[in-house]
Amino acid sequence: MSELQYKVVVGLEIHVQLCTKSKMFCGCAVEFGQAPNSRVCPVCLGMPGVLPVMNKQALEYAVLVGLALNCEIAEFTKWDRKSYYYPDLPKNYQISQYDLPFSANGFIEIPLESGQTKRVGIIRVHLEEDAGKNLHTAGNFSQVDLNRAGTPLLEIVTEPDMNSAAETRALAVELQRMVRFLGVSEADMQKGHMRFEPNINLVITKDGAEYKTPIVEVKNLNSFRALERSIDYEIQRQLDEFLERGRVIETGNKSTRGWDDAREVTVLQREKEEAPDYRYFPEPDLMPVELTPEWLEDIRKCLCELPIKKQMRYVSEYKLSDYDAGVLTSERSMAEYFEEVIAEGGEPKRVCNLLTQTGLKMANEKGCSVAELGIEPDGLAQVAKMVEGGDISATASVTIFEEMVRTGKAAQVLAEELNLVQKSDAGELEAVVEKVIAENPKAVDDITSGGKKSEKAKGFLLGQVMQKTKGRANPKVVSQILDKKLG
Amino acid sequence: MEELSAKELRDKIAAGQIRSVEATGVVFERIEKYEPVLGAYISTFKEQALAQAAQVDGKIAASQPLGELAGVPVAIKDNMCTAFGATTCASRILENFRAPYNATAVEKLLAADAVIVGKTNMDEFAMGSSTETSGLKRTVNPWDTGRVPGGSSGGSAAAVAGRMCFAALGSDTGGSIRQPACFCGVVGLKPTYGRVSRFGLVAYGSSLDQIGPVTRTVADSALMMNVIAGHDPADSTSIDETIAPVCDYLEKLDEPVEGLRIAIVPQFNAGADEQVQKALTSAVEVYKGLGAEITEIEMPHLDYAIAAYYVIATAEASSNLARYDGVHYGHRTENPEDYVEVYSKSRAEGFGKEVKRRIMLGTYALSSGYYDAYYLKALKVRNLIRGDFAQAFEKCDCIMMPVSPTTAFRMGEKLDDPLQMYLSDIYTIAANLAGVPAISIPCGFDEKGLPIGLQILSPAFTEERLLRIARMFEKQTDWHKGKPKIKM
Repeated sequence: MSELQYKVVVGLEIHVQLCTKSKMFCGCAVEFGQAPNSRVCPVCLGMPGVLPVMNKQALEYAVLVGLALNCEIAEFTKWDRKSYYYPDLPKNYQISQYDLPFSANGFIEIPLESGQTKRVGIIRVHLEEDAGKNLHTAGNFSQVDLNRAGTPLLEIVTEPDMNSAAETRALAVELQRMVRFLGVSEADMQKGHMRFEPNINLVITKDGAEYKTPIVEVKNLNSFRALERSIDYEIQRQLDEFLERGRVIETGNKSTRGWDDAREVTVLQREKEEAPDYRYFPEPDLMPVELTPEWLEDIRKCLCELPIKKQMRYVSEYKLSDYDAGVLTSERSMAEYFEEVIAEGGEPKRVCNLLTQTGLKMANEKGCSVAELGIEPDGLAQVAKMVEGGDISATASVTIFEEMVRTGKAAQVLAEELNLVQKSDAGELEAVVEKVIAENPKAVDDITSGGKKSEKAKGFLLGQVMQKTKGRANPKVVSQILDKKLG
Repeated sequence: MEELSAKELRDKIAAGQIRSVEATGVVFERIEKYEPVLGAYISTFKEQALAQAAQVDGKIAASQPLGELAGVPVAIKDNMCTAFGATTCASRILENFRAPYNATAVEKLLAADAVIVGKTNMDEFAMGSSTETSGLKRTVNPWDTGRVPGGSSGGSAAAVAGRMCFAALGSDTGGSIRQPACFCGVVGLKPTYGRVSRFGLVAYGSSLDQIGPVTRTVADSALMMNVIAGHDPADSTSIDETIAPVCDYLEKLDEPVEGLRIAIVPQFNAGADEQVQKALTSAVEVYKGLGAEITEIEMPHLDYAIAAYYVIATAEASSNLARYDGVHYGHRTENPEDYVEVYSKSRAEGFGKEVKRRIMLGTYALSSGYYDAYYLKALKVRNLIRGDFAQAFEKCDCIMMPVSPTTAFRMGEKLDDPLQMYLSDIYTIAANLAGVPAISIPCGFDEKGLPIGLQILSPAFTEERLLRIARMFEKQTDWHKGKPKIKM
């Protein structure tokens, strides 16, 4: 039997829609789900005589992403026309960037399942305008909706550094998190804010020799699921094809495939790299942009600590679990709120639990973010401190948090009102413990004799103390007293 | 009344001596009489114009503030979008296109209270030097109706020369204002690239196009510039006024330029007809008489201007005209089999031969494998030409040369040989490549009684001085007072 091993090689192209108020080259609003052709003007309709005007905010958002991806930012960048004919492209050319993109040569760190990170190279990031949408639903003809035409689109191209579908998905998810964190894109998959095009091939080692399969590009995927599944499908398909036909990579034999989500297969669209000749040339209607050091500094000020850095820092500094750190950093407002509460003295693990469990639940119910629940950071910090100090139990803290959101009252006040203030005075509790011991000789016997029933008996006695104190005894303190008395 | 200049008319209307409605009426009388012969207009707006005129007269009666062109009937080349009427670019592909907005230059005319007479005929999509490629109409030269009016702003030039308006807007990409102005014996100014907004001007060669005035006098040209010049935020290629402020072009117009230094390029002039050369020499003599210093210079790269232009302009045009596809507006073919046929048939049916020719040329020049040899090379040549001008302007205030190697040629004379047609742009093209302003003013007639034009070029954003230089000549001569006898 021949020895066959293979390595998966994936590079990814991602298109991200920026959340500027207006389009890339005109003042039309960028709004999803509106009546067809209601967010258009002569410019984005490509009417005779119109001219584009660059959206400065879009460029600044784009540069922010370039900086976050550790790219070199070009001092001089320009726009180019990319020509092709298609009904959703009103001018029949797209204003994009060709040979002088605003950024190149960067990298991104992505979290792996193992808890470690991997560095993926970024070849380039550039800006362009999106096309409209063709709808093929109405019988014998197609319809064109140009609301989306002209929306600012960021194109990110990675090095072929991913080696599995899971890794590629991880990169896509990390990018989504990053652009949301930076506030440059909603990256809402339902609204089509992110689209993916993976380039996949295999490096196969068979009987000591190395073979590379032809590269396949899968076009236009708009969910993480489709991304992961199409890559997995391609891996198997390419392996099968190689074993059957022995095809290897040659110049020009890259092919394009589409993903059929219903049948879960990739389908051939274009054989050979008969890539259309886009006849790129510099856009004569727009001035090139000079990103001066001063301007760059101004943009850089809007950079924030990136989510992956935060996540790793929460793990190493606050000893949170990778999972918890990931939840806290899934949204910038939550992470920053968490940090504010810590700054007010809240113990990290406790605050984390409050936020990720109770906080998120309430936020989801209200349809807002955790930071928008209306609790000042020092207010929540107070709750955490009360638990640390033994004034309330962890269970009680959940109730108090919920009530704080509902009533707006302070933690202290609520603890009193709801009778949740914990009894932690050892002296007071000792009396109760002694009473319980006296009343339950059999349990005491089970404990002192050791053995299997010991734990259960202790728990029983603890429960009795809680009953007598109407649940307000600090279980830790009771436990300590029991241990002291019964050994 | 039609012999009044636009400025004189404007002044008399403002003074209450003439009513705009009267002047507009005279214009439309002449249109009724001469349009069947001249064919300068694709569309006219008699009712709307009279209403505009009446409104101006009303403002004057009520002593309300007036725009700089109040009550003056003007014409607009049909490649500038107007929210009224159609904007056809003299093409069947846009024959019924109604623009949803006004070009900025048009807005400025309206804000100046001008009266819009109509949209003038042109070469289709501004591609031509005779107005013969118009897909919709035939325009003739008022001085000899068997000859071309020049192009591509032939309609505007014929309308002005034929006194069927008091001024007009044209567009100039390779000479399309100056050459027809020259052929029709009127004044045509191509401003510096970026001086006038291109927003609403249907694009042909984006890095070359400019809107400019066609008028009977230099003062009228200055008046029009006062209205249309200036930065437009909707046009990213229009110059920031902190870098090149607009001024009042009329204010010092009659002040001659002291110590005027003129350069001429004898090598280049040698290619023009004998009579054109003679007229140029006589014109230069007039300036000598006024104390100007004449220097002979060389501009070695001008020989390559036509080649560079026809690569750059057609490349940009092939892209600019891609949008005419029958999908969103304009002519759409009937019964296409699929969406590709919507494109191919609509364009095949809608575009004329010259437009198709230039789209093919431009597409080729931008194609993979040819881009470097053609388009990129042409851009480099363009820089060299810019260098020639920069060098020349170090030693002189202006350059003078012919506008066209010949006077107006016969209809159909050059139609069969596109290259011959292209070569006639030799004197005007360089100014578009270099972006500098250039004006054509009447400076004589040939033996056949056809007008000859003098072209004056000056450094970027020096229109104020350029107009003064032109005015110096106009004051000394009567060439601009000629009136064509239109053969009915």
